[in-house]
Amino acid sequence: MAKNDLIGGALWEKYSDKVSKRMNNPKYMGEISEEEASAKGAKLVVADFGADSCGDAVRLYWMVDPATDKILDAKYKSFGCGTAIASSDVTAELCIGKTVDEAVKITNLDVEFALRDTPDTPAVPPQKMHCSVMAYDVIKKAASIYKNVDMSVFEDEEIVCECARVSLSTIKEVIKLNDLKTVEEITQYTKAGAFCKSCIKPGGHEERKFYLEDILRDTRAEMERERLNSGPDDKAFGELTLIQKHKKVEQVIEESILPILNADGGSVEVVDMKEVDDYTDVYIRYKGACAGCASSRTGTYEVISDTLRKKADASIRVHIL
Amino acid sequence: MERVYLDNNATTIVDPAVKDAMDPFFTRMYGNPNSLHSFGTELHPYMKIALDRLYSGINAGDEDDIIINSCASEGNNTVIKSVYFDSVLKSGKTQMITSSIEHPAVSKTYRFLEELGVEVLWLPVNKDGIIHPDTLRSAIDPDKTALVSIIWANNETGLINPVQEYGEICRENGVPLHLDGVQAIGKIPVDMKKVYADFMTFSAHKFHGPKGAGGLYVREGNHITPLLHGGEQMAGLRAGTVNTAFMVGMGYALELAVQNLEFEAVEVRRLRDKLEDAILEIEDVEIIGRRDIRTPNTILASFRGIEGEAFLWDLNQRGVAASTGSACASESLESNPTFVAMDIAAELAHTGMRFSLSRYTTEDEIDYAIDAVKKSVTRLRGISSTSNNEYI
Repeated sequence: MAKNDLIGGALWEKYSDKVSKRMNNPKYMGEISEEEASAKGAKLVVADFGADSCGDAVRLYWMVDPATDKILDAKYKSFGCGTAIASSDVTAELCIGKTVDEAVKITNLDVEFALRDTPDTPAVPPQKMHCSVMAYDVIKKAASIYKNVDMSVFEDEEIVCECARVSLSTIKEVIKLNDLKTVEEITQYTKAGAFCKSCIKPGGHEERKFYLEDILRDTRAEMERERLNSGPDDKAFGELTLIQKHKKVEQVIEESILPILNADGGSVEVVDMKEVDDYTDVYIRYKGACAGCASSRTGTYEVISDTLRKKADASIRVHIL
Repeated sequence: MERVYLDNNATTIVDPAVKDAMDPFFTRMYGNPNSLHSFGTELHPYMKIALDRLYSGINAGDEDDIIINSCASEGNNTVIKSVYFDSVLKSGKTQMITSSIEHPAVSKTYRFLEELGVEVLWLPVNKDGIIHPDTLRSAIDPDKTALVSIIWANNETGLINPVQEYGEICRENGVPLHLDGVQAIGKIPVDMKKVYADFMTFSAHKFHGPKGAGGLYVREGNHITPLLHGGEQMAGLRAGTVNTAFMVGMGYALELAVQNLEFEAVEVRRLRDKLEDAILEIEDVEIIGRRDIRTPNTILASFRGIEGEAFLWDLNQRGVAASTGSACASESLESNPTFVAMDIAAELAHTGMRFSLSRYTTEDEIDYAIDAVKKSVTRLRGISSTSNNEYI
């Protein structure tokens, strides 16, 4: 909260002039008839898209030249709030002159950007970003009708935040790369969740397939698993858990120490390990011939100690029980 | 005509006579009424008159309290939190009852108490949009229920709840009743001798008084833990220097409002009905709630195929001020809870438009508004993809 947030009722004051103008005088509002399309030898596409939670619905009309796939004209009808009307109007405008393949690349971000008065000032307040999402969906619908394919063909990745168009893979990657621990951090890095907030957790404006809270939790769990599973060799001894340190110590003993002791009929076992300050205390017990050997507290001890400190970690202190 | 104000359930114009009555208390009689010297004491006769007007305006008994405060939100918070402190925390009652069509001043306060562990029951409305007395009767539990809070007349629909029956039910069960009277006062008779409520809140700016002034009625025998601790104002029940000007203004505004109740019931209703009838001539329109159980100044209508924010915008372009509960017109993208609870018209949460008149609304203004509404509907249905099909 700050000075600018203290006076309410500012929703409309945050609309750009372009949004206001489109709301008052939409340019592409209307319909295209079958006759109009066939008069130009074009194919008519009529696509409906609605969002239940918004109560919004839009119908997009395309006149497409079948020879070139080019959209010759576009119109729309919209049951929607002012910003949905303005977004639909710009969506129609952006479609005209493009091929169908080019048109499906238009996102709600392009629509919002086209409605800005200046490049740096958003055209609508954050929560109304959501109103442009449907205009984007209806393009995909129109393209799917024209090409007679399923809408999902045009969606090559899972979108978590529709408003900011942030994909599941992007969010996971950002969490891992930057070691993000909170949803707020995800929003700072990606803008996901900054607008209508539906994707943050269940119970928002719209029901979503993925929620940032779940993605964060699952990704953190995945990172933890990866950390634990990654071979101890990949990591500094100090970063290992005590169990991993134990495995490392056993490994060194087995590979580098036991062959020497076994040659004399002796052996050694690790009884306990403790982390004390920056040291790793390893408690060992001699077995076999070593148990009564005179050098077990001098020469042999030094070999074991040196080998472990060299091959496992310098933090190791060996104690004989 | 420049502008027509049909949003009187949001706030009203201050009656010029009320403004004049407040004027001396800014630069001439500006003392603190708690001072013992003449600058303080000279205010007391005016404050007594204001209290007399307030007490008689709602027919409160002399042993009851009307605590002067800043607004009905404050009054509602005071009551609910006071009962929480006194009954829930101290005497072990665990449950509080309210309805699904409350103003945020009540509903959000209860949401807050829910977070603190209180069990809150949210009573639904019936097909008429009111809370049926039987719904309350079956929910109330004399051993558990600490308080019942229900809105007297709903701000969005104008529908009047059967508060007299709530009073009887609560009295039989020994549970205090708290009524949010904001939209009732000045529109319909409010008589605290007929309606047995323990607490009732109101706000001056809804009946042509100043913003920032309100009242909390407390029936004799009820205890209040103050929301604002501090000085001994209002018998220690509400700290803070009394705003003499606003208190005087609220008293006078209530007196005028009560004097105008007949005008409200006849003339305001006549203009409201004229607008409502004209709206009903438009195709695919639904009016929410029966006229006979509605405040005489309010219309809530659903215009098929027209989204509320776009409608509000278009009407505003034509100089007509109304109100919508559409999610798209909300800072938080949330539909108005009353619209959601009112399961009467399926699209109401998106298409609801409220027109609310006052005794200052003129016939010319209504004629102008009728014309503007028709033009807006024609234009927006021309854009709409759903006005003449079953898509939604």
